[in-house]
Amino acid sequence: MQNGLERGAANRELPVSQQPEVDYVRVRFAGDSGDGIQMTGTRLAEAAARFGNDIATFPDFPADIRAPSGTIYGVSAYSLNIGHAEVDTFGDEADALVALNPAAVRKYLEGVKQNGLLILDRDAFTERALTKAGFISNPLEDGSLSNFRVLPLEITSNTEKALRETGLSAKDAKRCKNMWTLGLVLWLFERSTTDVEHWVEQKFHQKPELAKANILALQAGHLYAEVNELPSGIERYNIQPAPLMEGEYRSINGNEGLAYGLYAGATLADLELFYGSYPITPASPLLHTVAKLKELGALSFQAEDEIAAVCAAIGASYAGHLGVTGSSGPGIALKTEAIGLAIMTELPLVVVNVQRGGPSTGLPTKTEQSDLFQAIWGRNGDAPLPVIAPAHPGECFDIGVEAAKLATKHMTPLMVLSDGYIANASAPWKLPDFSDPAYQPFPVKKASEPTGFLPFDHDPETMARPWAVPGTAELMHRIGGLEKQAGSGDISYDGENHQLMTQIRAQKLEAIANSIPVQHVETGEATGKLALVGWGSSWGPIRVAARRAQLEGRSVSHIHLRHLWPLPPNLEELLSGFDRIIIPEMNNGQLATVLRSQMPLCFESVTCVKGRPFLVREIAKIIDDVLGA
Amino acid sequence: MTDLKPKDFASTLDVRWCPGCGDYAVLKSLQKILSDTGAKLEDTLCVSGIGCSSRLPYYMATYGFHSIHGRAPAVATGAKLANPELDVWVFTGDGDGLSIGGNHLMHALRRNLDMQIVLFNNQIYGLTKGQFSPTSQKGLRTPSSPGGSVDTPLNPVRFAIGAGAKFIARSVDTQAKVLGPVLQAARTFEGTAFVDVLQNCVIFNDGVFDKLKDKKQGPDHTLFVEHGQPLVFGVDRNKGIRIKAGGFSLEVVSLEEGGLSEADLIVHDETNHALAGALAELGGNAGEPTVLGILFREEAPEFGAESRIGLPAKPLSMNEKLTRLSATLRKAETWDVGEDEQ
Repeated sequence: MQNGLERGAANRELPVSQQPEVDYVRVRFAGDSGDGIQMTGTRLAEAAARFGNDIATFPDFPADIRAPSGTIYGVSAYSLNIGHAEVDTFGDEADALVALNPAAVRKYLEGVKQNGLLILDRDAFTERALTKAGFISNPLEDGSLSNFRVLPLEITSNTEKALRETGLSAKDAKRCKNMWTLGLVLWLFERSTTDVEHWVEQKFHQKPELAKANILALQAGHLYAEVNELPSGIERYNIQPAPLMEGEYRSINGNEGLAYGLYAGATLADLELFYGSYPITPASPLLHTVAKLKELGALSFQAEDEIAAVCAAIGASYAGHLGVTGSSGPGIALKTEAIGLAIMTELPLVVVNVQRGGPSTGLPTKTEQSDLFQAIWGRNGDAPLPVIAPAHPGECFDIGVEAAKLATKHMTPLMVLSDGYIANASAPWKLPDFSDPAYQPFPVKKASEPTGFLPFDHDPETMARPWAVPGTAELMHRIGGLEKQAGSGDISYDGENHQLMTQIRAQKLEAIANSIPVQHVETGEATGKLALVGWGSSWGPIRVAARRAQLEGRSVSHIHLRHLWPLPPNLEELLSGFDRIIIPEMNNGQLATVLRSQMPLCFESVTCVKGRPFLVREIAKIIDDVLGA
Repeated sequence: MTDLKPKDFASTLDVRWCPGCGDYAVLKSLQKILSDTGAKLEDTLCVSGIGCSSRLPYYMATYGFHSIHGRAPAVATGAKLANPELDVWVFTGDGDGLSIGGNHLMHALRRNLDMQIVLFNNQIYGLTKGQFSPTSQKGLRTPSSPGGSVDTPLNPVRFAIGAGAKFIARSVDTQAKVLGPVLQAARTFEGTAFVDVLQNCVIFNDGVFDKLKDKKQGPDHTLFVEHGQPLVFGVDRNKGIRIKAGGFSLEVVSLEEGGLSEADLIVHDETNHALAGALAELGGNAGEPTVLGILFREEAPEFGAESRIGLPAKPLSMNEKLTRLSATLRKAETWDVGEDEQ
């Protein structure tokens, strides 16, 4: 997959985004959990992507399923960055906030830039709602919004008015206010409502009266903006298509990308996919996506717990499928012993950790990348396994394919470290062309020849042992968690043999290190004053900040690690070419600690564990602090 | 392939259970019925957890997976789902299956995937040197319960009934005449078959089942049930089980007193859930027999078959899969970025 990954990086060489509201616009929808905010945001994202813009999204929803309406903790939000230039993050601050109730204003006003646009539903600012949101006076009247351009509209009553003829109940009509709002926002972006109408028709094809109502509301919002003169100072946004590489696109989030990629990987390995899982936020959509691939031959199994999920995946791998299990930090902790079993039995297994805030139950709906130690070192015994991480949603598919390839080629469990941000964020994604050499099949050759068969014999190049699956005549053998005699695989308590087997397990990682692509510079020169080393979803903010600094001629390079363990063999040499190496990561300095343990270079750590990705300005500050503003 | 003899199912490894351990007898019965039923080595998979019982796969010449403590049912589930042609056996113990692995056992039993779960129940932890187990009798003095265990013991058969198992049997380790046919029936059953084997630990809990196994007096303490047969037992086959008048329980009656005959006794109906539950309880009070044989058996949808509904009728080729994946990826809205927009 090295071709695919490198090509993936090249794919993203769009112009650097510099001017907000010119190169890109950051808009945030916020409202009550029941207001349809996620749907509204997704629709605008799809419309922008279809138009040809680069987009980056960030859904931010409460952990509660149905929080009491009107409360601050019940606010759901969807942030979206729409660009003509490259957008890799949802943005440090919003250019526009669309808030459907006072609680949404209360929660997200702080994230709106000075003189930013506020579109508010005036109807929702009742005394009761204001009190619930903790306002002492009405912000629409007390002057507290004077730093913003405020556009208060009667969204609810306008929606009701538009739907008066449909015969819909007042309650149902009210629920269409998000579509009215979307119509208005589409107008603001100079987009028509056609695509969304088409989507509504499909979505509600069994409830034509609802389809009709939603479309009416959408058109009414659009028309309202068209015929009513907007107050001075409020301009429409003109964001032209981004010069994306030609091809067929769709938008994809990280969980979908990974699920499809794992299926593709299993397929290219000429194996069936088995996905064993137990529901957990934010990894559950992986299970949902694989479950829908049944007609393509993928078998998913919702187990009784995390341990059973991984054990079933191991059993499926033993029987000849590609076993995969996915979870998040606490679930991975439960799977730990079984992952050790997969290491000991040298079976292919992919473990996906969609990281969230920890420790323990932590912050289930918030993102973090603090399970790196757990992935690399979190097992009893000397128990090495490879760890790889996607940088953004668009890369998850290829990471899934690579995971399948490494696990089967080297007969090893492998961990993929995704995170809550990558999992839920979406971006335009160029659909894969399976005739591309990047997707060349890597069919697994299972053992079938009895002569000289030794279940724990190792290929000197890949350090893989033969994969002899039950059902194969004359290759019967026993495997298990006890130490095995090298070669025969019989139980062995011999010290010399244990030393040898420990080395073999370590050599497996060395073999992987020799087969992964060399570490390249993501953006910038191969040597210089400052290297920003990132992994996982800190990719976006580091990339944006680094590219802007490079345009100003500053000596900063972004190096991004997909292969976290084993590390690319040329990493030390590459990093030696920089005066300072700083590692921004969403944990308390884990990658910095790992790298310090591996190479005698000076690594500085900058951390952020606030349940959200770094802001671009936080990375820009690192650059300023080192190179001067 | 020629018919395999019982010894052909034995691996070359020396069996290393304690001399006199009940596990030897179970191993022997297993090898015999596999031979009798024409099983193939390559299609047989033995999965186990941790403990004395879980060493069994090493002693079989079939495929074997000695997994981790309590998790054998989960590993077996994955293997069987991946390859439904395999004849999958799980070997576990009272600690492995009912303590650390209780959750997996419960869910395996309710799902009804076609496999056999044989629980070696010696009412003690053997491999960790003699601590009380979930099935140990109350008051048992062990290194971890020097004053006598205060835990209420679990009845594995009752547990299986509660979990919704569709095949539930009980046997004694050394009674090959009961154990053999039970294992054979378990193998034939299309679903999860659970067999509670009362097994003697010669080192840490020796003799707990002696009363049941006694050549002479044993029949007074055990009742072997067969579907359609009246519940008769005893050395002289002069005792039976009937429904207690005016109550909702079973009672032991003598066929020599009060003019009772076999016609007054319950006829075993292995599809009767309530009866199985009542039979499972017997043996706890003086005079009651411990019930052996197939206590419950009921045909039900098999989990593997149900799980495969919706899969392609025959495995897809790599190209077919990639073509279908391409189509699936395009179920979302797609758009083209053309050259002219470069």
